[in-house]
Amino acid sequence: MSLLELHGLNKHFGGLHVTNAVDLALEAGEIHCLIGPNGAGKSTLFRLILGEHHPGSGDILFDGENITALKSFARIHRGLSVKFQVPGVFKGLSVRQNLEIALQRQHRGVELSGEIDRLLAFLNLEADQMQTAGNLSHGQKQWLEIGMAISLKPRLLLLDEPTAGMSPEETHLTGEMVQRLNAEGMTVLAIEHDMAFVRQVAQRVTVLHLGQVFAQGSIEEIVADERVAAIYLGQAHA
Amino acid sequence: MNGFLAVFRRLEGPQTVGRGPAFWIVFAIALAIACAYPLISDGYTVGNTVYFFIWVFIALSLCLIWGYGGSLSFGQTAFFGIAGYSYGILTLNFGSAYGFTWMALLLAIAIAALFALVLGYFMFFGRIAGVFLGIVTLAVTLMLERFMAQTAGPEWHIGVARLNGFNGMSAMPPLTIPWPGGDIVLFADVGLYYAVLGLLVVVYLGLRILMNSAFGNVIVAIRENPERAEMLGYDVRKYQLITFVIGAALAGLSGVLYTVWGQYITPSSMGMTAAALPLIWVAVGGRSDLTSTLIGTLVVLAAFQALTIYGSQYALVFMGMLLVLTVLIAPNGLVLGVMNLISRLAARRSNGGA
Repeated sequence: MSLLELHGLNKHFGGLHVTNAVDLALEAGEIHCLIGPNGAGKSTLFRLILGEHHPGSGDILFDGENITALKSFARIHRGLSVKFQVPGVFKGLSVRQNLEIALQRQHRGVELSGEIDRLLAFLNLEADQMQTAGNLSHGQKQWLEIGMAISLKPRLLLLDEPTAGMSPEETHLTGEMVQRLNAEGMTVLAIEHDMAFVRQVAQRVTVLHLGQVFAQGSIEEIVADERVAAIYLGQAHA
Repeated sequence: MNGFLAVFRRLEGPQTVGRGPAFWIVFAIALAIACAYPLISDGYTVGNTVYFFIWVFIALSLCLIWGYGGSLSFGQTAFFGIAGYSYGILTLNFGSAYGFTWMALLLAIAIAALFALVLGYFMFFGRIAGVFLGIVTLAVTLMLERFMAQTAGPEWHIGVARLNGFNGMSAMPPLTIPWPGGDIVLFADVGLYYAVLGLLVVVYLGLRILMNSAFGNVIVAIRENPERAEMLGYDVRKYQLITFVIGAALAGLSGVLYTVWGQYITPSSMGMTAAALPLIWVAVGGRSDLTSTLIGTLVVLAAFQALTIYGSQYALVFMGMLLVLTVLIAPNGLVLGVMNLISRLAARRSNGGA
C-alpha cells in the first residue's frame, strides 16, 4: 500500500507553474529518489508535502489520511521528517542541545540523555558534542541535521540533497546509513544530484521536469532513457 | 521527591550564564547584602532602590521575549500601563481591606496577560514576525498613551476612579498585608523593599528554571531557526504566544509595583521614551541572559539617575549614545561580555591548576 500519495498537485507563483498536476505514489518501505534539472520543482514539491507551501489544487495523502490542510508540525506528528537542502541546525546552540531539542518531545530525564549519547555515537559527533553547531564543518552539519531528522523515528524521511558538499567517502557512508535506516522499515524520499548516491540507494527513481513527472522507473531504466539524458543536457537536444 | 529535585537542577543549564558553587556563593553574598541594605541606609535611599528593582521585571520580560525568543517587542510598556491603570481602578473602587491589594495586583497582571493573549494571538497566528512585530507592538503602546491622554473629562471614569487624562491617576492605596490588630502597610521604603526583593528573587530563579527546561529549549530553538523547530514537530506559534503572555505578565508586575510605589500612573508611562528605555537597559546588559539583563538594568538605571542631576535631556542623549556604543562594540551586551570574560578566565585558571 502507498504510504504517500500526491494527486494532481498544482502550485504556481504568479504565472510560473512550479508544479503542474504532479501525481506520485510512494510505497511503504522503499527508497525513492527524486531527480531533475535545476528549477524542475523538486524542492517545491518537498515544501508542499511538508505544508510550508499550500497547493493551488490537488491532494496529499499520508497513510490514507488527507493531510493537505494540516499545519507542518501536525504532519511531523503523523510521521514525516525532513533534512533541508541548506543545513538547518540551531547554529548558536551546542551539538548536544541540538539533539536534545529534537529528542525531548519523545523522551524525558535519564532516558533522554541516554538517547542523545546513542545518537551522538551513531553520528560520530561525540567529541564535538559541546561545540557550537555553527562551528561544525559543512559535512558535520549535514550529519547533525540528518541525526535530528531521524531522531523523530519518522515513517517517511525526506532528504533534500543529503550529500551536498560531502566527499565521495562521506557520500558513500551516508548512503549506507540510509540503507540501514530503510532496512529498519523507514521509507525514504531523497532529492539528489549525486548519481553515485542515487545508484547506491535508489530502488525507484522519479524524474521531475518543468514541474511535471517526466519519467519513473528503476535506476537502470532511467539511465537508459534518452529523453532523460536530453533534458539534462539542455533543450537543444530535446 | 525526585521530580522536585530535578526542577532545582534546572537552575543551571545551557541557557543561563553562571554555574557551580562559585556562582551561587556570589549570588548568596549579593542577596545577603541586598537583605542587609535597609539596615545601613536611610528610608529615602531604600525607596529609591525599590524604584530600580521595579524596572527589572519589565527588563526581564524583554529579555525573555527578545533575548531568548528572538521577537523584538517594542510595546512592553503597554502591558506595564494596562496593569498599572487596572490596579488603580480596582483599588480605588474596592479599597484595600482584607489584603485586597494583593488580589488587585494579581487581577491587574491577569488583565495585562489577557490583553497580550488576544494581541499575541493575532500577531503570531497571523505570522507577523521580525521588524513588523516591533512596529505593531510600538503602535499599540503609543495608541494606548494617546487614548489615556484624552481622558481628562469627567465622563471618563470607571466606577469612582477618574482616569484624569494626561495627569494620570493617583492616590491608589499601597500594598497591605492583613494582620490581626491592624494591616501592615508596605510603604515605599523598607516594607515594599523586602516585598519587591522577594518577588525579584522568585521571578529570577523561576525564569532560570523555565529557560533551562524543555520549554526554554524550544524558545531558543525558535530564535535560532523557526523552520527547523516547526519541522521537529513544535507548534512555533503556540510557544511564541505563551512566551509573549508570560512576558506581558512580568511587564504588568512592573507596572503594578510602579503604581504602588509612587501611588500614581500616567499615560506617559506608555509613551515613546518609556517604551525605548527598557530596550536600552536590556541591550546594554546583554539580552540573551537573565543575569546580565538584571545587572545591566540596575547599573544603567543608577547611572541614568546620577546623570539626570545634571539635566534629564542630557541623560537621554547619553542613553542613546550608550546604545550606539553597545551595538558597535559589544552587540551581545556589555555586561554579558564582561561576564563571559570572567567565566573564561575562571575556566582557564581551573584548567591550569588541573
